[in-house]
Amino acid sequence: MSLALLALLPFAGALLLAALPNRRRRLAAWSAAVAPVAGLLIALSQAPAILGGETLRWSVSWIPALGLTFGFRMDGLAWLFSLLILGIGSLVVLYAAYYLDKDDPPARFYQFLLLFMGAMLGVVLADNLILLVVYWEATSLASFLLIGYWNDRKDAREGARMALAITGAGGLALLGGVLLIGHIVGSVQLDAVLASGDRIRAHPLYVPALLLVLAGAFTKSAQFPFHFWLPHAMAAPTPVSAYLHSATMVKAGVFLLARLYPALGGSDAWFWTVAPIGLATLLIGAYVAIFKHDLKGLLAYSTISHLGLITLLFGLDSPLAVVAGVFHILNHATFKASLFMAAGIIDHETGTRDMRRLNGLWKYMPWTATLAMVASAAMAGVPLLNGFLSKEMFFAEAVSTDAHVLMRWLLPIGATLAGMFSVAYSTRFIHDVFFNGEPVGLPKAPHEPPRFMLVPVEILVVVCLAVGVAPAYTVGPLLAVGARATLGTPLPEYSLAIWHGINLPLAMSVVALVGGALLYSGLQYFINLHRIVPLPSGGQAAFAFAQRSLIRGASNLTLGLQTGSLQRYLVFLIGLAIAAGALPFLLDAAPQPSLPLTSVTAVFAALWLVGTGAAVATVVTFRRRMLALIIVGAVGLVVALLFVYLSAPDLALTQLLVELATVVLMMLALRWLPKESPPERSTARHALHVVISCAAGLGAAALVMLVLARPFDSISPYFLQTAVALGGGSNAVNVIIVDYRAFDTLGEITVLGVAALVVYALLREPRLRAASSAGTAGGPPVHPLMLQLVARLLLPLAVLVTVHLFLRGHNLPGGGFIAGLVLTIALILLAVSHGEAWMSARWPVDFRAWVMTGLLIAGLTGAGSWLLAHPFLTSTYDYPVLPLVGALPLASASLFDLGVFLTVVGSAMLMLVSIARLQAGRRD
Amino acid sequence: MELLLAGFVGVLVASGVYLMLRARTFDLVLGLTLVSYAVNLFIFLMGRLAVGRPPILDARLAPTLANYADPLPQALVLTAIVISFAMTALLLVIALATYAETGTDHVDGQEPRAPEDRG
Amino acid sequence: MNWPHVIVLPVVLPLLAGAVALLVERRAPRLARALSVGMTVVLLIVAVYLATEAATGSVQAYLLGNWKAPFGIALALDRLSALMLVLTSVVALGSVLYACGRGPHGPRDTQGPHYHTLFQFQLLGLNGAFLTADLFNLFVFFEVLLIASYGLLLHGRGSARLRAAIHYVAFNLTGSALFLVAVALLYGMTGTLNMADLALKIAALGPESAALARAGGLLLIVVFGVKAALLPLYFWLPDTYRAASAPIAALFAIMTKVGVYCVVRVTTLIFGEGGGVVAHLATPWLPWFALGTVVLAALGTLAAVQLRTLVAYLVIASAGTLLLAVGLGSAGTLGAGLFYLVNSTFVAAALFLLIDLMAGGRGAAEDAMVPAPLAHRAAFGVLFFVFALEAAGLPPSGGFIGKALLLGATIDVPLMAAVWTALLLAGLGVMIALARAGSTVIWKATDANRMQTMAAQGDTLERVAIGWFALVMLAVIVNAGAVTRYAESAAAQLLDRRAYISAVLGAEPVPPAWTPRSGMEKP
Repeated sequence: MSLALLALLPFAGALLLAALPNRRRRLAAWSAAVAPVAGLLIALSQAPAILGGETLRWSVSWIPALGLTFGFRMDGLAWLFSLLILGIGSLVVLYAAYYLDKDDPPARFYQFLLLFMGAMLGVVLADNLILLVVYWEATSLASFLLIGYWNDRKDAREGARMALAITGAGGLALLGGVLLIGHIVGSVQLDAVLASGDRIRAHPLYVPALLLVLAGAFTKSAQFPFHFWLPHAMAAPTPVSAYLHSATMVKAGVFLLARLYPALGGSDAWFWTVAPIGLATLLIGAYVAIFKHDLKGLLAYSTISHLGLITLLFGLDSPLAVVAGVFHILNHATFKASLFMAAGIIDHETGTRDMRRLNGLWKYMPWTATLAMVASAAMAGVPLLNGFLSKEMFFAEAVSTDAHVLMRWLLPIGATLAGMFSVAYSTRFIHDVFFNGEPVGLPKAPHEPPRFMLVPVEILVVVCLAVGVAPAYTVGPLLAVGARATLGTPLPEYSLAIWHGINLPLAMSVVALVGGALLYSGLQYFINLHRIVPLPSGGQAAFAFAQRSLIRGASNLTLGLQTGSLQRYLVFLIGLAIAAGALPFLLDAAPQPSLPLTSVTAVFAALWLVGTGAAVATVVTFRRRMLALIIVGAVGLVVALLFVYLSAPDLALTQLLVELATVVLMMLALRWLPKESPPERSTARHALHVVISCAAGLGAAALVMLVLARPFDSISPYFLQTAVALGGGSNAVNVIIVDYRAFDTLGEITVLGVAALVVYALLREPRLRAASSAGTAGGPPVHPLMLQLVARLLLPLAVLVTVHLFLRGHNLPGGGFIAGLVLTIALILLAVSHGEAWMSARWPVDFRAWVMTGLLIAGLTGAGSWLLAHPFLTSTYDYPVLPLVGALPLASASLFDLGVFLTVVGSAMLMLVSIARLQAGRRD
Repeated sequence: MELLLAGFVGVLVASGVYLMLRARTFDLVLGLTLVSYAVNLFIFLMGRLAVGRPPILDARLAPTLANYADPLPQALVLTAIVISFAMTALLLVIALATYAETGTDHVDGQEPRAPEDRG
Repeated sequence: MNWPHVIVLPVVLPLLAGAVALLVERRAPRLARALSVGMTVVLLIVAVYLATEAATGSVQAYLLGNWKAPFGIALALDRLSALMLVLTSVVALGSVLYACGRGPHGPRDTQGPHYHTLFQFQLLGLNGAFLTADLFNLFVFFEVLLIASYGLLLHGRGSARLRAAIHYVAFNLTGSALFLVAVALLYGMTGTLNMADLALKIAALGPESAALARAGGLLLIVVFGVKAALLPLYFWLPDTYRAASAPIAALFAIMTKVGVYCVVRVTTLIFGEGGGVVAHLATPWLPWFALGTVVLAALGTLAAVQLRTLVAYLVIASAGTLLLAVGLGSAGTLGAGLFYLVNSTFVAAALFLLIDLMAGGRGAAEDAMVPAPLAHRAAFGVLFFVFALEAAGLPPSGGFIGKALLLGATIDVPLMAAVWTALLLAGLGVMIALARAGSTVIWKATDANRMQTMAAQGDTLERVAIGWFALVMLAVIVNAGAVTRYAESAAAQLLDRRAYISAVLGAEPVPPAWTPRSGMEKP
């Protein structure tokens, strides 16, 4: 339980801070300090258990499907890191309280800091790998926020995004690796994974898994060639650098190496990937650091090289090396954090971090100088300081490795060289900043910082000394448990002593120290370092280039596809459809059955000729729109006649009426549209269109032919058998529409109604009215007297027909829909002949009400059957005998049909009137 | 007869698609209308051919597909006709509104830079 | 509650609400609004109730008009349908609340007539599509939801909207024509429209029918690909979503999912394991198209120069990921996909709303990715950051869990290398794109004047709408265990189609209340 508390404390702290006003700096600092300090106490309270070799666990189930529990596990290694995170965390909070400017919102800063702290704790405490990944990415995100804290600065924003891109990408890779491991082991629980190292190493997926995990670790720990993000992360406020880039974030990578060492380590693949990269990073970082003029730049590259050193140690794959690695993690954290803080102080008190201007500060801030010197001595690996010890162990390992001959030579030399470099840049840090003449044009007059700003530095430096002088009594037990947990096996023999007698490692140290000092003075004397213009790091340039070209490429590709041309999109769709229809036939040419064909009658032939001719004619004449429209109308007519011929009277009627309505609609619309289509140049695109059209036509024809040539069996006989008995109507089609498939009809009239509403809404937009009343087209509407007469005579007749059609619909062709259209046509004739104004004057009605009432009636009729405990739209019917009329077929379906009728009339009228109204250009 | 009908559907589709691929909204609408005819015929024909056998039930005839045309596709076509009418009308009006707003009846709502030469 | 008609309520209620809303709109606009919002809440409750029913694992069938399947139209409710209903109503609620808030130019639902009617009919179409077990009826509901979406897209003013509408309408009309062809073709082969019946009949077809049947099936999948924004059919989407007003764009977040739903339905029920000559129809093609969609969409997010376009591409990317999960078609991938479906839908909607609120306060810059004034940077920053996590699939978001599940489920499929590369790189691309967007819009923001501050403030309803989505997503993440279980069992239910088929075809009509007078023949 205390584990969960420990892990969640920082997040609680962050929440607490969210509630605080963003300006109260002291308050913010104090409340931010609660979490780490309390956490540190909790962690320390676990000391007995941990030192006793126990492993603490706490977990609740979260997502079994992923094998993801929300749980924590604290063994020596996790404990050691927790102390690091919380301890240095507390110091950073204190330090930042003095570092932050008065116009930096402190609450937000601490919030981000605590978020990061929580994420980092999660990484080290997570009891299963997926949870570890979760926290891992969280650290990337929190660091993104922290680096971008001064978000009005370009370098901050870019540094933040670069760090996120690199470490985030690593995180994704890590996720992949973790899933693979989980697949191999059958569980992502840390205990299980650590226990099954042999199984993993034997599995064919071992190498991919290893590489993915390492990609995660190396990006996080800024290993070559991913190291370049770290220097750019220096845009962060210095407390952040002191925390993330010395002790925690960048250590997450090497922590992962340590954590998974028992599972992934101990193989050639491991050695040959980890060790060389570590070595390369170690050398490159150390070398570049010498030539940096920016204090934090120097420290950043030195961090890179030290991370390389640690990586190399884990790569060497020997128990002792691992111990050394864990040891150096601790040491580097302490001295590097203190150095960053010192650098921050200098920056804070002088206003610059440029070593070409910072000189001779010894006079102005002796105490800071002293501390910084001790720390950088530790960094250089000077005896009696902690850096020396782990470096000795490293050298010892470098010479005693029994690896491939190549490595046997490379290692010692590389190690010594790196040692020299690190001595050189450490010397430069001291000499250039505190001595080497007078400061040059500092923005501020330098002086010692506020008392308490130094306390964190002092504490850390004391640690460096204590460990350096009496390792066995200070760090000994810590290191022991940490290393044991890392190895998962009993510890190898090692002694934490300063003096191991005169031996090769010692010699190497001496060479490094002397050589480094000489190197630096040589460089300063012969080629004044200050004059060297540092080159931009290649990696960063590559990254920038990659990002630029990625964005450019993406834009080009997207714009290339997303041309905004409907024609092109339709070509894609129709083309794909043709392919979909054709592929099955191309893939397997199974024999198609064929029935005897029906013979052609003269009538049919005539119809066919007219229809086909008209269809072709549309293509020829489409540019003269009125003509084309009439021809299309003719085609529709032919289709209607075909329906008659092929025994579908209802279809014929409907098609005919809809046809009429459509043509009227289009003619009205054409008043306001250009009468002609502009000519098209026949381009390749045009040719493509022709091809596509023909292909589509052929495809459709082929499908029809193939289907018609097949025997057929369907559910339809059921309708024929039951229409009268159960449906109460002898017109099977109509019974289907209002009963069997009334639900379709309900949807259909909904569509019609909505369409009408949208048309209405569109055509009452003022802009359009303006355009039309300006008379884009048409001229004054004419109302031929003859037409008016006909229309008036027709109306009553039409009403009669309507009623008739409606009533008989259930048994003979007709029904609400057709009836509705008939009435509409008659009305529209009236409207057209007299002008819409005349009509709406005599008959002011809002057809929208009709539409909705129709829908309501239809819907309620359907719901009515609930009262009879029957499903929606169940129809009941009867034949009540009325005097004079006789038995009248009365089905509840007829009520439904009434709804249809109303909706149809309403919708059609609404559309046509809205368009007809345009010519008047009237406002209402 | 089957062949001719298939051919008719094919011609309708071909000319419809061709018009749909034109750059002007009105042509597009015409094309869609033709295509909808074709589709209606297509659905209808999926119920196979029947001449002189409308599905108006008659007690004297056995209720089988031998005596009546398949009513189901007819019902489907009825629905399809109505829906395509609604859609066509809507598209037409949108075209109208766009023309009034933008002054062009190009399907992309703006005249192409090079005449008819985009996408 | 053993009232058997609940299952049809998601269709009937919006119909009535929509109709009434219009009738009262002019006299009492507030009443129409209240009705619409209230009905959306009711629909949410109904959907949740149905989900609890479906969670028991039984498939509910409902015979409309009391006609036995396959002769009448049947509705069927299984875990997937129920899930879709819940998603729809959750998104709908957020959308309608936001639409009722006072936007920069007055409430969005009063920019034109019939907003709430159209909105309710949109829901009607969506719910119907998720419930129906009849292929042609599915077409009808597609048309309903499309026509309503046209209306909603065109709601308000601006030539951009009209321009987008032409493309959207024309493209979808073509799709509808294809849909009809496909349905008719399948009817011509099997003589039935009920999907359960179709599944059995098509499986019984002989090899001589294979090609035709497959052609019909592939056409059907292409049609659904139009709705699901599958490569190369998604190009209409970004402009459309960009043109739509924010609440509508948010509602449209569910629209691509309709396409995905249909693909899932037919590929499991009809073209799945037991499909006979059409078995595994989509398996060879779908994953590749889906992969292409994911990659191109990720590139699209990088190319986007406006926030809305960026989110539109996020929608496409998530649809692609889903179709990938479906196309791979194992229980594992399908389950992962269904889980991923949930939050990916919500976050798209939420982002559309959030961006709209920001854009309102950014003056002329609107949603362009350029430095501009922005008030309440902290608040916007936090929300954008959180939603971005979800959208980019970074932990601990639902997107992350979904992707992890999907990656885990594809370890031993042949396409693993391709799938992993595509998903991981796409995730990275989206992350970079969102980081750029955030750093430009929020970090580079300049100070806002009073009016802009006011605009960015948004009113209670708008903030509630955004908060609603945040809340739901959080709930999903916290209960990820339960949700994944539901998703997995839904996938299992889909892959074992027997329950669905027997439920639909086995449902018995209610005995008639009375029989018409005997001996009384009609004249």
